[in-house]
Amino acid sequence: MDDAKACLTIVAMAGVTYLTRSAPLLALAGRTLSPWAIRLLAHVPAAVLAALVAPALLRPDGRMDFGLGNVVLWAGLASFALAVRTRGFFGPVALGMGIVAAARYVLG
Amino acid sequence: MQHQPPHIPDQGVFKAAFSLTLPIAMGYVPVGMAYGVLAGKAGLSAVNVLLMSVLVYAGSAQLVAVGLFASGAALASIVATTFAVNLRHVLFAAAMSPLLRGWRKRELAAFAFELTDESFALHAARFGRGDRDKALTLTINVLAQASWVGGTALGLLVGDVMGDGRAFALDFALPGMFLALLAGQLAGPSQVAAAVAGAGLSLGAAALGITGYGALAAGLAGAACGFGVEKWMTRKPV
Repeated sequence: MDDAKACLTIVAMAGVTYLTRSAPLLALAGRTLSPWAIRLLAHVPAAVLAALVAPALLRPDGRMDFGLGNVVLWAGLASFALAVRTRGFFGPVALGMGIVAAARYVLG
Repeated sequence: MQHQPPHIPDQGVFKAAFSLTLPIAMGYVPVGMAYGVLAGKAGLSAVNVLLMSVLVYAGSAQLVAVGLFASGAALASIVATTFAVNLRHVLFAAAMSPLLRGWRKRELAAFAFELTDESFALHAARFGRGDRDKALTLTINVLAQASWVGGTALGLLVGDVMGDGRAFALDFALPGMFLALLAGQLAGPSQVAAAVAGAGLSLGAAALGITGYGALAAGLAGAACGFGVEKWMTRKPV
């Protein structure tokens, strides 16, 4: 993709992102969405995040890999466990990155 | 609500904002660096890499987009994925809406531009304990984004000495962020069902070789599953 097209893509990304952040604040202004829409929307983050992260953990090289050599999977499980316990954000990410970096250093 | 003078925040506000933003910045700088390194390697120009941090300002969406840019994905696919990844902001904004009653439209518009997972968590906690200062709120947002853009610039600068970044586990930054965000979402069985369904359908789509919109469609179908489970659990006895 050339720079101009990439720039156009970024502007479009900014547009849809701003829509998700501003629409409820500017359009609602105190009013609320219909209850079923809120409940459906409430389940979108968990499902989309899980759908994006599952292949990254389980198919790092394009095929299912439950092996001990899949360090991203094991670091991910440790990271997730810490996040569930502490509700922290950057602690779990740092833990996972530390495990992956250390494992790669040791395993070569 | 007390009236705030419309001019530049004074030193007191700036100091208070700085100390409140520091924990956020300590996360944004390294993750912003990871984004800067990876985006530089994905073939984006330095200007575009920085532009994305200034205009989009959404860590996980930016890292996903970098992967898509690197794999040569189409514009529409990148924009649709960004939208899906950022849909959770609708919930944050809807939750902030009643707290920001009385703010002017342009103040709300400015606030919305810098609403992130972390700034939402901080402001929700602040407003909950009665700290509703408008100037402080907006100054915190500006400082947080400054740390993100600064981290991005650092990443661009050090990119050359980082190799492909695998030795520093930069490729884990994105799944790590997703897992931490996911952990915060799993309140109750219907949320777990949505996550399990989304993950399962996404793996199924990947196994069938459906890439691009596969994970996106799996996520939306998973959300419908979670919604169905919740409906079923709260059904009225016949």
